Amino acid sequence: MSRTFSPAPPVPRGRRAGRAAGRFGQYAALLCYLVFLAFPLLWLLSTSFKSPQELGSIDPTWIPREPSLENYRIAFDAHPLARSALNSLLVAGSAALIAVTIAVPAAYVMVRYRSRVSKAGTVWILVSQMFPLVLIIIPLFLVLKNLQMINSLPGLVLVYVVWNLPFSLWMLQGYVKAVPLSLEEAAAVDGASRLRVLTGVVLPLLTPGLVATLMFSFVTAWNEFFFALVLLKSPERQTMSVILTHFVGAEGVADLGPLAAASFLATLPSLLFFALLQRRLVNGMLAGSVKG
Amino acid sequence: MSLTARRAKAVPGNRGTPPPRTPAGRKRALGLDRGAWFLLLPALIPILVLSAGPLLYGVALAFTDEQAGRTESAEFVGLLNFTDLRHDSLFWESFRVGLVWAVCVTTLQFVLALGLALLLNQNLRFRWLARTLALVPWAMPEVVVGIMWRLVYHQDAGILNKTLSQLGLIGENVDWLTNMSLALPAVIVVGIWAGMPQTTVVLLAGLQNVPHELREAAHIDGAGLWRRFTTVTWPALRPVVLAITALNFIWNFNSFGLVYVLTQGGPGSQTRLPMLFAYEEAFKYGQFGYAAAMGLVMVAVIAVLLAVFLRNRLKEDSE
Repeated sequence: MSRTFSPAPPVPRGRRAGRAAGRFGQYAALLCYLVFLAFPLLWLLSTSFKSPQELGSIDPTWIPREPSLENYRIAFDAHPLARSALNSLLVAGSAALIAVTIAVPAAYVMVRYRSRVSKAGTVWILVSQMFPLVLIIIPLFLVLKNLQMINSLPGLVLVYVVWNLPFSLWMLQGYVKAVPLSLEEAAAVDGASRLRVLTGVVLPLLTPGLVATLMFSFVTAWNEFFFALVLLKSPERQTMSVILTHFVGAEGVADLGPLAAASFLATLPSLLFFALLQRRLVNGMLAGSVKG
Repeated sequence: MSLTARRAKAVPGNRGTPPPRTPAGRKRALGLDRGAWFLLLPALIPILVLSAGPLLYGVALAFTDEQAGRTESAEFVGLLNFTDLRHDSLFWESFRVGLVWAVCVTTLQFVLALGLALLLNQNLRFRWLARTLALVPWAMPEVVVGIMWRLVYHQDAGILNKTLSQLGLIGENVDWLTNMSLALPAVIVVGIWAGMPQTTVVLLAGLQNVPHELREAAHIDGAGLWRRFTTVTWPALRPVVLAITALNFIWNFNSFGLVYVLTQGGPGSQTRLPMLFAYEEAFKYGQFGYAAAMGLVMVAVIAVLLAVFLRNRLKEDSE
């Protein structure tokens, strides 16, 4: 990411004006992007601080006239929001932990052994991105039903683990490749077993990558909607994404405020994670995709 | 890579006397010793049981009349589901909507993301802000993105109508999401907004791998901005572009949550993407077999389109 800034080659006089205009154009374009990216978010925030009366008025404004936290209180009182947040936390947390735990050894094998199995794994990672979820959800629904795991959080965790695996494997492979082989060889020469090499040598070096993958899996599961919609029926077990959709569509103008507040709260954890891991994520993509 | 292969064999696990020839040959073909299998299994089993298995099961279901909540086992009906599908005009309508949606979103996403990535690769002030903001849609749950844009598009309380009427562009408030001709474009804008970050990040990563010296050399040789882009940047970026466009197309074609929250497929069936259609067929009407057949047709069409797309691109490359 860091690149030393090298001075631009000398520019002929005639071109200088053109360059200044180019710079201006670049900033104008950047501004357009910033507006496009930011305005829905700002509007969500603004709506979440408005009173019902204000939302009912015909003249919406950017800045709430009398900002209040009332909507956040209502969101927690009226909606089973706290409960669903806990469900989301449990499901996403355990799914991320399990997925990464089983993905680490697999990613290691896929990188260090150039075998048919590794190749098949790579193909599967790609193919699993391709099939529409309908094709997988119907049989999954039937299988889980036979296991009595419909409408249960453990069932959803199981689904999320498998669903998180491709991307976790992909990210971790990038990080494993970055571990110098010589270290492992040294340990192997000293007589360490394969498992010992993995836990003693590779794992400590992988920690930053592990954290990034863990967070990414967590956020993916936290945000997931389709599986949760199909698999969870009773409201007290539903995750946040599903609960939020109950309040969409039938809402009167007065309900927009609590809806906005609840939506903003549902975004907080993932926003937090992304803020923490912004740089790492970009690097992880680099390692996984480009240098493959 | 050949280096890794040679070394991997030197790693212990099969030290000592060389094993007999045939198993050795087999082992070379698979390339895994027992320790490696042991490490691979925890991931392999769930994948086989909950991903590969159900996938095959799903394919098989497409040839049966399986329905929700039925006690007797499903019967094999051959190609009946597919012949039914051929005459199902609603399905083909949703297919058309899905293609329009996927093509529009993917193309515009790519163009906008490339622009943003090129800007972020420059030494501009406020770059950090754009970088952070560009990641935000990625971090948001689909459902929240949908709700947020409903607030923006809201007929009376929405900011879009307010801004447009202030600018004098519209006379009266538009109901974006229930207007027959505006709903699909409105939803496409949301799709672009939601998917831009991934594309931008991937393209930015690709741009930073473009050899800097090459661009500088071209600059010194007097190549203009456009020429530098077409001769140096684009060729280096091309593989990344191919990969991300293909993936984006698949993701968009299979997308569900956004549109489910925004319009539920309405008005009429103007925004009923194939996934929404199949979801309703499966979990509202309980037609599992029929819905699985739809899924299979979707996969087939995507595969064909991608094959054509990638082949044309590769052909262009070799010319």
